[in-house]
Amino acid sequence: MAIGNIHSTESFGALDGPGIRFVVFLQGCPLRCLYCHNCDTWNPADAAQRMTPQQLLEMILSYRHFIASGGVTFSGGEPLLQHAFVEEMEDLLAAEGIHVAIDTSGIMPLEQIQSCIDKCNLVLLDIKSIDATLCQTLTGASNKNALRLLDYLEQTGKPVWIRHVIVPEYTLNEEHLHQMGKYLSRFSSIERIELLAFHKLGEYKWEQMRQDYKLSGIQPPTQEEMQRAKDILRSYHLPVHE
Amino acid sequence: MEIRVRDFIVDNYTPYDGDDSFLASPTEKTQKLWDKVKDLMQQETKAGGVLDIDEKTISTITAHDAGYIDKALEDIVGLQTNAPLKRAIMPFGGIRMVRSSLAAYGKEMDPRVEDIFKYRKTHNDGVFDVYSEEMRKARHTGVITGLPDAYGRGRIIGDYRRVALYGVDFLIEQKKKAKDAHSKGRIDGNKTREIEEMAEQIRALGELKEMAAKYGYDISAPAQDTKEAIQWVYFGYLAAVKEQNGAAMSIGRISTFLDIYAEKDLKSGKYTEEEIQEFVDHFIMKLRMVRFLRTPSYDELFSGDPTWVTESIGGMCLDGRHMVTKMSYRFLHTLVNLGPAPEPNLTILWSPSLPQNFKNFCSRISIETSSIQYENDELMRAKFGDDYGIACCVSAMEIGKQMQFFGARANLAKALLYAINGGKDEKTGEQIAPVSEPVQGDYLDFDDVWGKFDKICNWLSELYINTLNVIHYMHDKYCYERIQMALHDEKILRTSACGIAGLSVVADSLAAIKYAKVKAIRNEDGLIVDYAIEGEYPAFGNNDERVDRLAMDIVENFMKKLENNHTYRNSKPTLSILTITSNVVYGKKTGNSPDGRKAGEPFAPGANPMHGRDSHGCVASMKSVAKLPYDYSEDGISYTFSIVPEALGKSKDEKIVNLANLLDGYFKETGHHINVNVLNKEVLLDAMDHPELYPQLTIRVSGYAVNFIKLTREQQLDVINRTFHTRF
Repeated sequence: MAIGNIHSTESFGALDGPGIRFVVFLQGCPLRCLYCHNCDTWNPADAAQRMTPQQLLEMILSYRHFIASGGVTFSGGEPLLQHAFVEEMEDLLAAEGIHVAIDTSGIMPLEQIQSCIDKCNLVLLDIKSIDATLCQTLTGASNKNALRLLDYLEQTGKPVWIRHVIVPEYTLNEEHLHQMGKYLSRFSSIERIELLAFHKLGEYKWEQMRQDYKLSGIQPPTQEEMQRAKDILRSYHLPVHE
Repeated sequence: MEIRVRDFIVDNYTPYDGDDSFLASPTEKTQKLWDKVKDLMQQETKAGGVLDIDEKTISTITAHDAGYIDKALEDIVGLQTNAPLKRAIMPFGGIRMVRSSLAAYGKEMDPRVEDIFKYRKTHNDGVFDVYSEEMRKARHTGVITGLPDAYGRGRIIGDYRRVALYGVDFLIEQKKKAKDAHSKGRIDGNKTREIEEMAEQIRALGELKEMAAKYGYDISAPAQDTKEAIQWVYFGYLAAVKEQNGAAMSIGRISTFLDIYAEKDLKSGKYTEEEIQEFVDHFIMKLRMVRFLRTPSYDELFSGDPTWVTESIGGMCLDGRHMVTKMSYRFLHTLVNLGPAPEPNLTILWSPSLPQNFKNFCSRISIETSSIQYENDELMRAKFGDDYGIACCVSAMEIGKQMQFFGARANLAKALLYAINGGKDEKTGEQIAPVSEPVQGDYLDFDDVWGKFDKICNWLSELYINTLNVIHYMHDKYCYERIQMALHDEKILRTSACGIAGLSVVADSLAAIKYAKVKAIRNEDGLIVDYAIEGEYPAFGNNDERVDRLAMDIVENFMKKLENNHTYRNSKPTLSILTITSNVVYGKKTGNSPDGRKAGEPFAPGANPMHGRDSHGCVASMKSVAKLPYDYSEDGISYTFSIVPEALGKSKDEKIVNLANLLDGYFKETGHHINVNVLNKEVLLDAMDHPELYPQLTIRVSGYAVNFIKLTREQQLDVINRTFHTRF
């Protein structure tokens, strides 16, 4: 039995997958995204709570009446860093008929997470940047695994929502957006694309963690800029969400 | 023939499953009329909250001449006095309240009125003749507060539909028969009172006819169409608000009743949808204009000039059909046609079995206006059938068959501090409760404190019920609700509706004592005046069984104690967990508490978790509240929920569906009541600085809605500091 290292739980998630969702934030992430608003989830050793799958299931089932329209989303951190735990949860939740979404950066090698991916109902794949160099700058890691995961989702017909954070001076770049639109347009398993505006609500956490926040000088994108980014992707006939 | 409104509804109403596309926009006439009313309301705000007072006329059903906003524009007529928003004096509840209200608004007592009350006693005089020293002290320190001992008690719903369905003559005839029948056999004190009450009811019905005649209407016979039915119902209600300055003057459950008339008129072609909506819009305007003269100190307790014209909408019929009709939509649609407003207090009786279209419609209106509240029809229908209404905020009662003796609330947080300090007030050191042994030693022990709290609650519950008995005896004697009770059956169920405040403070305090370490800090007189918490404790509002169980036990225990006491007119004791805006005042009167709350800080409203302590998301918070046992809190459990729109979902449609599903979830978990606010904090902050830009900004507060700009600054800050669920 795997033990889950859990940063926190949120009983009302309306933004991480369809319907009302119970969101489990798992501790630990190999990425170091410059704009991360949950940097307190980075260190795998910092877990606030350790729970068995059965304990977490019990907690989730107590919210059954609320999540009937939605389900459970595993987020993080990088939830697939704890793929064994997530997979056990998936088995338990499937037996209860509860919808499972995984909110991942796709950083983990496919071989390790394949069965975990197979068992979920929806993947929320956060593509940091379609551009290899920029991805490295933004996250400290390559986007190869993420793109490989997307291929795999396409092959297996697994529904996926793409998420992408618009950061001025980084991803707010028309050329990259066109490149991304073009790239994504060949995937039929993409049900939705959500562009998320960079925000600084997590900046205080960087200070608490005594980390150097490099994006202090950057302002969130304007509504017009967000609209423009959406329009670019829409021009590739992609299902960009409001 | 008997009076059977419920059967008339069930036999004749048409459930509506469709969506809102049939609804009509406001007519030109409506817009013109509403502009006039809005203008008057703005003048009222500018004038400091009261536009005008008729200080010379003691308000009765027939005391004032007919009044109009603009006669040519009004489909539905009738005002409390002879001019819009002009307030009446209703001194039978208490002449003192009238005196101080007039003084507060720069008016003099009329010498003739003053003279009358040299000879005529009021409810308030009677109560203070009988109040014991202990009652006065408890009232003064605030361990029992908000007692309806200075004005009308309210929370009685006349069955105003009877006026439309039967006409007044028939109602008089029925009452006369009942009175004759009751006068047979042995006549003792109780029976004498009952017979006298019936005589008063008959007289009041006669006055109701007289009042309608001033407006050119003869309401002796039943209403013949939609417009008349609305007008007849409104006349019934108007008579009540001319006669009683009640703490809450609900209108009942009238929309589906009225829909029967509307369906008939639509079918026959008598009226169009536009015309019917116009009648409804004009009627609702009138309900928005109900005003009472009250003192600024009343406003501190129940802020924003509330009247609780509560209308209950929807719910399920005992035969399995839902009771949503087109009229349910039309009533809610007034929030669009006339804009958001706190009154009437539109209350959805929610069941997961209501049609999805209607659920989504309500959800959308909540998101757009924050003006409606929801209550659990599944819970209430099991106890009250399918023709109950909500009195005030959360109190269900069968319409025309039940009334309550409203009893404000006991401050349980203060009671806990009394328990710790051996019955002494934590602020003054004065002995208020009987002498008992105070907590000894440095650290508080759970079993010790729980035992002491239990004993204090024995004392408090007895004192509380006794106080209510005095109040309601006097109210019946000096300020009886003649017209409202005339619109009831003769045999009625009475409840003594008690309340508690500070539930989450007590639950968290006990959890802190049990699961963390709480050190007592004493002043030089040995009084425990502060606490130091070492470690962490589970707080109410996180779906944590350890503390949620404590909250449940507190409610159950207190209710059981109330039941041990003898009540006035053998009424059935009930309990509510509801504070309205008084959570601020109760907090002010209460010292530091073991949960870490500082002296003077507000309590959470109603059954809410303490501000900011519910950290696991709103669903966890709802779960905790939904656990509170309705069986031991039958008068209602109020929960106020505020969320920023962005957290509800991404697109508008998602937000609507998610909120509807959230409500389904909460009520399936047996939650009783929920206020829904969908607002950004920034809007509220801006409204504090620029009230003139937000004349209609409405926000739900424990059990009712208010114009945000009419709240005191302290209460505005309290609303803003409350947990807004914001994660996104």
